[in-house]
Amino acid sequence: MSDLAWIDGALTAARPQAIGALLRYFRDLDLAEEAFQDACLRALRNWPQKGPPRDPAAWLIMVGRNAAIDQVRRRSRQEALPDEETISDLDDVETPLVERLDGAGYRDDVLRLLFICCHPDLPATQQIALALRIVSGLSVKQIARAFLVGEAAMEQRITRAKARIAANGVPFEAPGPAERAERLAAVAAMIYLLFNEGYSAGAAQQDERSALPIEAMRLARLLLRLFPAEPEIMGLMALMLLQHSRAAARFDAAGEIVLLDDQDRSLWDRRMIVEGLALIDKAIRHRQRGPYQVQAAIAAMHARAERPEDTDWAHIDDLYAALEQLAPSPVVTLNRAVAVSKVRGPEAALAMIEPLGNRLGGYFHFFGVKGSLLMQLGRAAEARDAFGQAIALATTPAQAAHIRQHLDQLMKEGAASN
Amino acid sequence: MLYAFLCYNNEDAVFSWSQAEDEAVMSALHAVHEPLAKAGRFGPSVRLMPTTAATTLRKDSDPPLVLDGPYAETKEQLLGFYVIDCPDLEAALDVAKDLAKANPGGAYEVRPLRLFLPGTLDASALAR
Repeated sequence: MSDLAWIDGALTAARPQAIGALLRYFRDLDLAEEAFQDACLRALRNWPQKGPPRDPAAWLIMVGRNAAIDQVRRRSRQEALPDEETISDLDDVETPLVERLDGAGYRDDVLRLLFICCHPDLPATQQIALALRIVSGLSVKQIARAFLVGEAAMEQRITRAKARIAANGVPFEAPGPAERAERLAAVAAMIYLLFNEGYSAGAAQQDERSALPIEAMRLARLLLRLFPAEPEIMGLMALMLLQHSRAAARFDAAGEIVLLDDQDRSLWDRRMIVEGLALIDKAIRHRQRGPYQVQAAIAAMHARAERPEDTDWAHIDDLYAALEQLAPSPVVTLNRAVAVSKVRGPEAALAMIEPLGNRLGGYFHFFGVKGSLLMQLGRAAEARDAFGQAIALATTPAQAAHIRQHLDQLMKEGAASN
Repeated sequence: MLYAFLCYNNEDAVFSWSQAEDEAVMSALHAVHEPLAKAGRFGPSVRLMPTTAATTLRKDSDPPLVLDGPYAETKEQLLGFYVIDCPDLEAALDVAKDLAKANPGGAYEVRPLRLFLPGTLDASALAR
């Protein structure tokens, strides 16, 4: 790896801490971002010659802060900037700052920064876009491509989100324990949304969108390092690792979705699986069950099965039952129905999802599951009907193509029986 | 003399590497490993999961205290280690310099071994 690539990695890794601390100092998102950009430019000039500092985040915070202050002074007094050496000579100041950064204030900086991005007044799409811009440092162009929208539209979305936050005021006080837990939960939800935004994409968009799950996992790792004893954050990290371990097996050469049962399990990423399992192990010790942990445990049941027929569906059914209690939602019940169909048969599963029709009447997966249960029961006409509704509700071409395969199969079976 | 090379680096940076970057580093390191392996000097080497996967058991109390996370919270974390046979410290530092060229950033702590039990594991145990 070249020097420049290493510096690039160090800048990305230091970004949340540095922007978080600069934001606390300047209390203005735009100014904090500008100060960080400035510090990064100086790092690119300075580090290749002098070598990287021991603590890149501390260096960037100090240089960013000084540069921004000088900027403000220069604007008011028309004075020249001090030369590079003065700003960059940090040997004396770095140590105490590093010590301060290690404390709780530093955790709160990053948490505050993430929390600002998932401000409850912002719609989810703005929360994610803002986090990608501010915390991850992706360019507006990259974010726009990941969301499959135009650059101007994304620019506007981010500007609007920033304006809304500025209008509502940003909470800068250190959060109490209850508030911290609430913030952590909000941040975890935003990270999982970000992950799913990339995960739900079709094969054609995988290249653009694959950055999103990776970035979500990076943020979760950061959160877990700051709050190492939170079982739900362990659960979230484990869940994403286990789901993402299947990324390479999820699409076939033609770009069609490959269902879990049909995936080539040798393509699953063992490294992600073992890390996910290790994190679940750690989380369970806390005996505080939560929705992310249970979902991770479900994903782990699949990861542990060498072949689809080895899957312990009865245990998965139990875990979904637990999830229904912890986080009741018709989508959870729909997922549970798939496990129920394996354990008790399609009839029981169909009875379970029938009452969901009102609430999931606009949901692609509801009709996909319903159709395949009806198909298993040999009720071809009703299955065709459900699949038709699924296609009408599909949000990606891959989803629609997948349902069409089922319809083709129904046609063939129909022709064979005639 | 056997030397341990304890590999420290900023894990936030290392675990941000893309797969391509990771593979580039690994193949550069492999070029350093190979001649050592051919000479019969290359002992076990491991790459650790991130410290977020670590649990620490403090045994200075009874019962021992189990804590989430690594032993010490540091700017750079222990991310792996090598055991390599080197005639002396100079030779060990030469190896460390070669490794550093392949994978800049962070630090190697070079420490002579007092006891070495090669163990009975093979690499397939990792996937179990």
